[in-house]
Amino acid sequence: MTMKKFAIELTDIDKRFGAVHANNKVCLQVTEGNIHGIIGENGAGKSTLMSILYGFYQADAGQIDVLGNTYTFTDSHHAIAAGIGMVHQHFMLVENFTVLENVILGTEGGELLAHGLAAARKELTRLGEEYGLKVDLDATIDTLSVGLQQRVEILKALYKGAKILILDEPTGVLTPQETVELFRIFSALKQQGVTIMLITHKLREIMSITDQVSVMRAGQMVAHRNTCDTDREELAELMVGRKVLLSVDKGAANVRAPLMRVSRLTVVDSQGVERLKDVSFELRAGEVLGVAGVSGNGQTELLEALAGIIPITQGHIEVLGMEMDNKHPLTPDILRGLGLAHVPEDRHRMGLITDFSASESALLGYHTDANINSGVWLSKAKVDANCQQLMQAFDVRPADPQLKSANFSGGNQQKLILGREMERNPEVLLIGQPTRGVDIGAIEFIHQRIIAMRDAGKAVLLVSVELEEIMSVSDRIIVLCDGAISGRINAEDADERTLGMMMANALDPIDPLQAMNDAKSSSNRTVQELDL
Amino acid sequence: MNRENRITWINRLLLPVLNVLTAFAVTAVVFWLIDVNPLEAAEILLYGAFGYEEGIGYTIYYTTNFIFTGLAVAVAFHAGLFNIGGEGQAYIGGLGAGLAIFMLDPTLGAWLFIPASIIGALLFGALWALIPAYLQAYRGSHIVITTIMFNFLAASLMVYLMVHVLREMGQMTPQSELFPTNAWMPFVHDVAAGMGYSIEASPLNLSVLLALVCAVAVWFFLWQTRWGYAIRATGKNSTAAVYGGIKPKRVIIVAMCISGALAGLVSINELVGYQHRLVMDFHLGYGFGGIAVALMGRNHPVGIIVAALLFGTLYQGGAELAFEMSGVSRDIVVVMQGLVILFCGALEYMYRPWLIRTLAPVTQQTSAAGVTV
Repeated sequence: MTMKKFAIELTDIDKRFGAVHANNKVCLQVTEGNIHGIIGENGAGKSTLMSILYGFYQADAGQIDVLGNTYTFTDSHHAIAAGIGMVHQHFMLVENFTVLENVILGTEGGELLAHGLAAARKELTRLGEEYGLKVDLDATIDTLSVGLQQRVEILKALYKGAKILILDEPTGVLTPQETVELFRIFSALKQQGVTIMLITHKLREIMSITDQVSVMRAGQMVAHRNTCDTDREELAELMVGRKVLLSVDKGAANVRAPLMRVSRLTVVDSQGVERLKDVSFELRAGEVLGVAGVSGNGQTELLEALAGIIPITQGHIEVLGMEMDNKHPLTPDILRGLGLAHVPEDRHRMGLITDFSASESALLGYHTDANINSGVWLSKAKVDANCQQLMQAFDVRPADPQLKSANFSGGNQQKLILGREMERNPEVLLIGQPTRGVDIGAIEFIHQRIIAMRDAGKAVLLVSVELEEIMSVSDRIIVLCDGAISGRINAEDADERTLGMMMANALDPIDPLQAMNDAKSSSNRTVQELDL
Repeated sequence: MNRENRITWINRLLLPVLNVLTAFAVTAVVFWLIDVNPLEAAEILLYGAFGYEEGIGYTIYYTTNFIFTGLAVAVAFHAGLFNIGGEGQAYIGGLGAGLAIFMLDPTLGAWLFIPASIIGALLFGALWALIPAYLQAYRGSHIVITTIMFNFLAASLMVYLMVHVLREMGQMTPQSELFPTNAWMPFVHDVAAGMGYSIEASPLNLSVLLALVCAVAVWFFLWQTRWGYAIRATGKNSTAAVYGGIKPKRVIIVAMCISGALAGLVSINELVGYQHRLVMDFHLGYGFGGIAVALMGRNHPVGIIVAALLFGTLYQGGAELAFEMSGVSRDIVVVMQGLVILFCGALEYMYRPWLIRTLAPVTQQTSAAGVTV
């Protein structure tokens, strides 16, 4: 193999959003004609980096070289002109336009469309044949499957002359079969000399398709590896990172009867993607059940399904003496009435109403409580007193119930939500990412409160992407991978390596690579051999 | 005063005042262009609106209509809905009030007629908003589209009913027969005369009290009850509302019905209070004016009363202006209203960045802490 030059070279890219250091002196070199994976957890800075590369944001400092030339992108048009094409996680297509019309959008080539359309049709047919990207050019987008829509996005990028393709979580919305097809296209593109950057947090895909992989964590590039020199376990470790294990003071669990029984829970979202697959577990009084997994593997859906926010597609849930399934949903207010509290993963989107005062946010979900309502009157005095008390108990600073929720720091917002959900002494507590963006002192406090609830005989379900949090707080751990439970383990038997293995899921029932090889042997398509 | 408070005051007070002044300044330029002395015009306008008792009566009478429709828009707005169907809801509310009156025995007392007509207006106004609300909540049809279509439907329906069903026997004009005098909302000048004060006659009637009661009730409902909480939570963040056990579909229905009912009350002021019969097009302009009033009043009852007074003043003073000055037609009111809407609505935040930079600059301290205490 001859020495290849770099398609992309990023040097010391730095970007801050207020107090958040999204990219901290990030360096990256992508060899021309390779498939380069970039992995990292949500919020690690991958998307920011790609947005800088594509001209959406401008770096505070650093240098961008594309195919040997230094550029300053202030607009995505500059990036496109330099030969970069981007396929976003959420497609940027006009639903009621045809494929052809979508592709020429922005490059119509004149006042009248006919000429541009004819030229585009010719070029697209050629591209389609060259890369095996077959799409009906006259079909409207809304009649195409998600996989085909993605193919249109790729065609669009290639049509605009992209030599480097960036794909952000391309398989997140695809079925396994569509994933296999996508990887086949990647191979064909690679053969034609196109450089591909694949952003994902799915380790299995990284291992099966990439040549090199770079790992981001907390805004920094922490490692570069040749894919053949690494393994899933190492990558998982690099991604999650080793931090000082916060010791949590806790005695043995006094486990009692199950308070929640989840049987064969399956959730399909509105786009038809299966987010949870056949998940079954029990949650018992007096224990903390940890749910581990790389984020985006069904944890959000699990929490929301258990809390009655999203509908269950199949299976049923028994909770505190009531049952719910597809036909008989229980709404969040009924579940709260039963004694189920929920600290959502995303405090800004769901946990509080940022425009409301703290005392009003501290009321969310409990605004119909009898003790603050007298007849029609919602007693403001009682609401404020309730918030004041909660702020004291959970050390929310500043302890001002009238302050707008948005004006509290992340940690204090989180304590406000935890206080709201915990102070009413629920029987079952669902907690998502309790310490995300929370400082060390508050983390300790939050962990103590969780343990205190467990010791009081309550059942706690803890969803977290922080492995050490899962290991130190939970009594038992289940691991979610791609919506299914890929491992169950007692906390005392768990270590990061084992959990990492489970999170990467060595036992994945549908192995894209295997399926791909099957497809290859059963058809006469030319699929390039993959580096492993 | 800390920065947060300053920004609050800039938003609440300074911005609306500056916007209105800008609108007036541009109006002055318009006057100057059509060879009218702006100062003279302003004098006539103000005298027409506030210079004598009858003028004041008219001003408050118009203000009453704007309070009803402004509140209507605000309630829907707090639920995240843009109800631009105030016109139709007011119109159909009039039908409700009229039918309630005609169905009752004309010999009954006012104590029965007036509540009945109010209930009729509330119910019919709510009903006219209920259908778009249902379509939004359960069928996903956009409320802006459906409410504006319902304005046209209301207009057509009323033309049909007024011409074919409700027209007074033997009359050519499409209007109903007079309401029995028992059903009339008392005029303020009559009430005053009853108490021994003598003021000039004007259309001003006791509906203005009803409007003020509604303003207080809306404030109480939105900020002091669990239902108001549910409405505001849905409007601000419907995801969080669902998490909190609130059902956005129901909230849409409730908020729109209240909104429609409030708009329906315009007919109490116009028909039960002044015209004393069902007439065509009594509602024109108030429904849309209510949008501007709510925008200017920041969707708060106090702000709405102030903004409604401004619009009432423009209505009455503008009419006076058209009457007094030969070069000015009544359309000048529409121009002034349009400019107020333009600067208070569309260009609402024009001065904001500048005001915040000069009056509430970010200090090193506040930006570093992120929270101002």
